[in-house]
Amino acid sequence: MSGVALRLQGVQKSFGKSAIIRGVDLEVPVGERHAIIGPNGAGKSTLFNLISARFPVSTGRIELKGHDVTGLKPFEINRRGLSRSFQITNLFHNLSVFENLRCAVLWSLGYRYSFWHRLAGLRDVRRQAEQVMEELGLAKRRDTPAGILSYAEQRALEIGITIAGGADVILLDEPTAGMSNTETEDAVALIRRVTEGKTLMMVEHDMGVVFGLADRISVLVYGQIIATGTPAEIRANAEVQEAYLGTAHAGDDGDE
Amino acid sequence: MIEPLFSRGRILLWLGGLAIAIVLPLVFSKGFAVSLLCQMGIMVVFALSYNMLLGQTGLLSFGHAVYYGLGAFVTMHALNMVGKGGFPITLLPLAGGAAGMAAGILLGYVTTKKAGTTFAMISLGIGEMVAACSLMFPGFFGGEGGVSGNRVTGKGLFGISYGSQTEMYYLIAGWAFVCVAAMFALTQTPLGRMANAVRDNPERAEFVGYDPQWVRYLMMVLSGFFAGIAGGLTALNYEIVTAETLNAHTSGVVLLMAFVGGIGFFYGPIIGAILITIMQIAIGGITKAWLFYFGLFFLFMVLYAPGGIASLLTVQRRLWVARLWWPLLPGYLLVLPAALVSLAGIVALVEMGYGLLEQEGTGEHAVHLVGLSIDAASGAAWAGAAALLAAGLLLVRWTWGRLEVKWNAALSALQNPGGAA
Repeated sequence: MSGVALRLQGVQKSFGKSAIIRGVDLEVPVGERHAIIGPNGAGKSTLFNLISARFPVSTGRIELKGHDVTGLKPFEINRRGLSRSFQITNLFHNLSVFENLRCAVLWSLGYRYSFWHRLAGLRDVRRQAEQVMEELGLAKRRDTPAGILSYAEQRALEIGITIAGGADVILLDEPTAGMSNTETEDAVALIRRVTEGKTLMMVEHDMGVVFGLADRISVLVYGQIIATGTPAEIRANAEVQEAYLGTAHAGDDGDE
Repeated sequence: MIEPLFSRGRILLWLGGLAIAIVLPLVFSKGFAVSLLCQMGIMVVFALSYNMLLGQTGLLSFGHAVYYGLGAFVTMHALNMVGKGGFPITLLPLAGGAAGMAAGILLGYVTTKKAGTTFAMISLGIGEMVAACSLMFPGFFGGEGGVSGNRVTGKGLFGISYGSQTEMYYLIAGWAFVCVAAMFALTQTPLGRMANAVRDNPERAEFVGYDPQWVRYLMMVLSGFFAGIAGGLTALNYEIVTAETLNAHTSGVVLLMAFVGGIGFFYGPIIGAILITIMQIAIGGITKAWLFYFGLFFLFMVLYAPGGIASLLTVQRRLWVARLWWPLLPGYLLVLPAALVSLAGIVALVEMGYGLLEQEGTGEHAVHLVGLSIDAASGAAWAGAAALLAAGLLLVRWTWGRLEVKWNAALSALQNPGGAA
């Protein structure tokens, strides 16, 4: 399907009196890799939470693949093909790596709330979960509970759960946060592989990752997008320089 | 790796369980023993249905007796209605199951809206509400006296009349086997697995397409069904149902059974149900202080074995498989007598205390303990018992201190099999 994967129109979000997102308009075409950057507290994660319906928008409209999804529940949006990862690892910690991935594919393969199918007999579920597990390089850790994986492994599994269900619009919230350089390289390679042919939107602090991976970049400052463009355009943008990139090397690990 | 539901080991386990259930009343054929077995079978089903909520879905319910009790009352009324014949008694527990399920459909919709503390509180509230109703509507609940019936009036399948307690036992055992198998099978389905996912992280479950509220609700309804069957079996077994079957005490007991057995394991509640039923009836028959011991035992488990008996057994089994168990045996053999000495001290103190309270004003002070007659009014007896307890605790501390080093080493060896010792 060609066209617009994600369209935001006049999206605003306030918590009490403080406006966090102050009118965002954005269009992400199908198949694009789009990065959101911006200083700490700009509202990047909040924007993701609005798109994925973790929080309801205060005003505005969100369209997913041409359909209005404003006000839907997270699971309804997920069923329409949007999946997201979390900045702070959000796994099923008592379940094994394999079970985590199995849970992530069940709905998309149509098993819903079934209590009449035997899990072990669902070859399609197993095949898809195992394939993702191979892609993540976690096959050796198949039966290890997610809660005791190493940090980098948890981050990989976080991405794995996000993509396992075959969603075609993927939101990744700081996928490389807290990783070493080598780990970051691996993660970028992984993201590149698993989002092939999909629409990707990501929040990322590591400028190397952003400029290497993204087709287009939006700069979010104080709840508003001040610029959207190709990496070259963004690099050359004076306003962006002033607002963000000039201070980007001062060190910023966290988000709002 | 393939995951066969019916691996050879598993089939043997199920067949072994079935065989034990069939043989037990032949070995323990006294009336008392058969009644005990009946109660165990019922409680196994009830405790497992409870663990569908607590262990599998992460829902701490304080009102599970509602589904059990309603199942029991409806089964009793059904029994009295079909009494003249027609519907086979063998299938009557299904009426209880239907009632428990219907209660789950109605009440569960309210309780499962939220998880966590809110769920616990709502379940407590609904439990109290239904218990209050049981006194307000004597027409259905029979008031103080309860509702009674006679299971022999109807005909069972194959002409079995359930006149004897042993026949009743086989009815319970049959239903229990079917229910345990069904509840186990449920853990191996998409819904069963997503219940675990919702328990671990309801938010993430939403972002893989599942409505956690609906998962909780379905589990509640199914759990209500099995609790209702257990209630139906109770009704047929005792031929009387009183308001006690659906009150907070019953809800508490099933929680304790599941917890003591181990909520993290499918078979945990089975152990808990069997053990606590034995304690309840066997120890309860000997001493009035039974509830006190039960409380003490529960405290001990929560503090020192929060994973329940099933987790203790699982660790022992893993140590055994890893060939790490034998070196621990001498330590176990030292701790055990020390623990028994402490236990003897506790029992002596508790029994003397209860004895004094019981015989207050009668001038009697004699307490009979394992063939000994102790004067509970004498200071020497109290001092002796206290000394026994103190010595026991010191011994436990000393022996456990020696075992602990080896124990920790064995556990870490278990966790890093490749690591240096």
